[in-house]
Amino acid sequence: MLHKFCCKLLSSRQILTNFCKPHKRIGRLKCRPHRTCQKALVSAIHSMRRRIQSHNCEVRFMTRDNPLLKPCRTRRGLFIQCFPKGHQTLRALGVDHVELEAQDRGALDYVIRARVEAGVRRLYEVAEPGCPPVRRFEPEAPVKDRLRRTRLYLPGNNPDLMLNAGLFGADCVILDLEDSVAPAEKDAARALVRNTLLSVDFGSTERIVRINPLSTGYGRSDIEMIVPALPDCILIPKCDGAKDVKDVEGIVAAIEKQNGIETEILLMPLVETAKGVLNAYEIGAASDRVVALCFGAEDFTADVGVERTKEGRESFIARCMLVLGAKAAGVGAIDTVYSDVQDTDGLVESTREAMAIGFEGKGVIHPAQIGPIHQVFTPTPERIEYAQKVVAAIEQARAAGSGVATIKSKMIDAPIEKRARRILRLAAALGLLEKDTEE
Amino acid sequence: MKMIPNALGRMIPEEIDGRKLKPFLGAHATHGGGRKAGPPIRATVDYKDKLRSSLDEAIEACEIKDGMTVSFHHHLRNGDFLINMVVDRLAERGLKDLVLAPSALFPCHEPIIDHIEKGLITHIEGSMNGPVGRACSLGRMRKCCVLRSHGGRYRAIQDGDLHVDAAFIAAPCADSHGNANGLSGPSACGPISFALADSLYADRVVVVTDNLQPFPVIPWVIRGGNVDHVVQIDRLGDPEKIISGTTRITRSPTRLLIAEYAARFVRDSGIMDEPEFSFQAGAGGISLAFIQHIAEIMRERNIRSAFARGGSMKYLVDLLNEGLIGYILDGQAFDLAGVRSLRDNPKHIETDPFTSYNYHTKGNFAQRVKISILGATEVDLDFNVNVNTHSDGWLLHGTGGFTDATDGYITMITAPLLRGRMPIIVDKVTTVTTPGETVDVIVTERGIAINPGREDLIERLKGSDLPIKPIEELHRIAVEMTGEPAKPVFGDRVVALVEWRDGTIIDAVRQLKP
Repeated sequence: MLHKFCCKLLSSRQILTNFCKPHKRIGRLKCRPHRTCQKALVSAIHSMRRRIQSHNCEVRFMTRDNPLLKPCRTRRGLFIQCFPKGHQTLRALGVDHVELEAQDRGALDYVIRARVEAGVRRLYEVAEPGCPPVRRFEPEAPVKDRLRRTRLYLPGNNPDLMLNAGLFGADCVILDLEDSVAPAEKDAARALVRNTLLSVDFGSTERIVRINPLSTGYGRSDIEMIVPALPDCILIPKCDGAKDVKDVEGIVAAIEKQNGIETEILLMPLVETAKGVLNAYEIGAASDRVVALCFGAEDFTADVGVERTKEGRESFIARCMLVLGAKAAGVGAIDTVYSDVQDTDGLVESTREAMAIGFEGKGVIHPAQIGPIHQVFTPTPERIEYAQKVVAAIEQARAAGSGVATIKSKMIDAPIEKRARRILRLAAALGLLEKDTEE
Repeated sequence: MKMIPNALGRMIPEEIDGRKLKPFLGAHATHGGGRKAGPPIRATVDYKDKLRSSLDEAIEACEIKDGMTVSFHHHLRNGDFLINMVVDRLAERGLKDLVLAPSALFPCHEPIIDHIEKGLITHIEGSMNGPVGRACSLGRMRKCCVLRSHGGRYRAIQDGDLHVDAAFIAAPCADSHGNANGLSGPSACGPISFALADSLYADRVVVVTDNLQPFPVIPWVIRGGNVDHVVQIDRLGDPEKIISGTTRITRSPTRLLIAEYAARFVRDSGIMDEPEFSFQAGAGGISLAFIQHIAEIMRERNIRSAFARGGSMKYLVDLLNEGLIGYILDGQAFDLAGVRSLRDNPKHIETDPFTSYNYHTKGNFAQRVKISILGATEVDLDFNVNVNTHSDGWLLHGTGGFTDATDGYITMITAPLLRGRMPIIVDKVTTVTTPGETVDVIVTERGIAINPGREDLIERLKGSDLPIKPIEELHRIAVEMTGEPAKPVFGDRVVALVEWRDGTIIDAVRQLKP
């Protein structure tokens, strides 16, 4: 019914420019509803969730005479400031039938856009693609074979944490639309994550988005909005079997085609149920896009009906099975998060165990966990030196026409060579090798 | 009003309120000369009983008249009751046109605004923070205010630029002779030596305490021989707001990253390996995390710091007790651990701005600090720093010890590149508090800029893997994220002068058009 207004509002750079006065630390934009639209709006507004909020930007929609929705003065007096130009601009746009009140405490442009868009979407049907900001960075094509020692989880509805997430040295960041976002805020988070992907430079960090499971009803909307913003990878939660992966792949491929996206967005199934663990191989092999299987201990222990412990003995067998499934399918295996941010020793211990059973990385819930995990996954100079000796010995033997070499009377065969070459690849990726000695 | 440019090209008034101003010439361009101002000569025969029965009686005895200057200090921080109590009484006496000379003001001093509007106070010389600064920005003071650093305030008193007629000193512990310190009692705050110059130079000195102890109170930071009157009142302040129970390190990953970069910069610069390593860091989140990182490096490399410059707090005290630092030379305590350590540990020394910061001393120890970690509201492409006004033009902060602390070997500004959507690095700062020639390094989460004038530092950091970038690049990164910020709109009236340490005027703050 009010489509025209929405499109005008959302596509107008002018309104955001006026709203987002850089020299104002806070701001308010307001337009009063026209009386003729009031009745229709009252019912619409009553049924909607009224606020979209993060600490530096809050958007509300309201009718003028509804006492329930009247703005209140906060102790910081945020309702006092206003932009006279905001009124004029809205009027010039013909927006005279809805009241939009946005509390802006210094949010960046793309955050305000996301908040306003989400607010409007709660009231009206918005034609896709809504109001994405102009892409600021042309991302490189997703890389299947890369380091994934750390995946930093970031709540998808918190713009502050996402802005600098690429600076902390994690190999991957996960912009999360699932567990860290309340059901009532899924739509707001979705718009924010999309705008973040278009506006924030994460550097060389892999950008993963955790969508909601397709079974929840949110998952498809997540994919539809996120894929055009070109994340590197989609993390599929609660994967129980190959079908979960294939269903997501089908939707992703269709949207890629629809949007003329030539690169293939990668997939990372998250296995967090007993059934998923038993099906690890078929999940890993379900699609060429799958790069790694991840383990989720919290949901897994809930599914199995046991307490989650720091030592993780209750999930040890499951984690081993997941690694086996992943390796059989020829993809990576990434361990769950270590939940106690303060306990660095416990984190290191847990990471060592993960590495020992074949995981190539761990989930991370705070940047402080990145350094210790990387340290564990970084090969020591002694291991690198030995690996170099192994490769040199085997190549020398081959040159001499033999398939087997020895170092200090110990036989070097194919598995040892394979392990040595893997260490050298990792060392090379970490810049620990001289150029001419790289694989 | 005739405006003239100073050495930085900032336009300042040639004269204001009948006072001829000296334009800033350069950070180290002025030298001594002349004689210091002196306090009146008194005779001990007149001081047999200094104890007054009430604050009113002490005020009466000070013979305060219209137009006089009354001074206060900020060691009770946001818990201070004294300033409002005295100012209320001065208003009750029907006085007008007073000059207020606090070393700093806090939000708790908001009631002063009412007295400014009613004509009791014409302006403030010293420091304005929060609501009183906001009132100044709006032009609510009749005369032009002056912003001075802690050291600059001492200089102004010695030069006679700031003549204090009556000084009211809040003393958490005092005796009837006027000896006082801040080490015990319900309002214990640690150092109170911001008040030392006033006690030496003011015409009348009143020590106000809520903890009167038998003579002698030791140590006598304020010496009874300089005090005219002593008053005991019920409460000097709110202990919870005077000092925090504990100070906490930031949990913000961005700020932690900045602190880590700052510490790695210090390590890579090599200054930790040289004799007499020392540092100054405040109680802000980044500073505390910096202290932790530096301590870790010191432990790893078996380095001992000759001294650390306070403000003191638990983290610094722990390092002193661990033996990682030789002495804490303290100006203020930020938490209870700082107060206790100052009281109990002979290696924790209370210092005053005469020894730490004053421009008119024969050298001060700020010059001997190897690395000072400071915050800022803005830094510009010439490395000029603003700590007084925000980018929106509001005057919200005093200078504190900022300009004085730039006297050390490396002055490092640590700040996030963005605050909200305001870039910290701008093309031109709204107000210059400190000239770029005294600022060496800017550390942000997106890179570190070294002042091109510090070729020695650039050389020292060659080979470091830190993200060192030209300041122009950091500015570009910030503006790419935020857009080019619009400038605030100012009126013509100058509402405050920003004094450099030597008394020259480095910038003028104009009235804001809200």
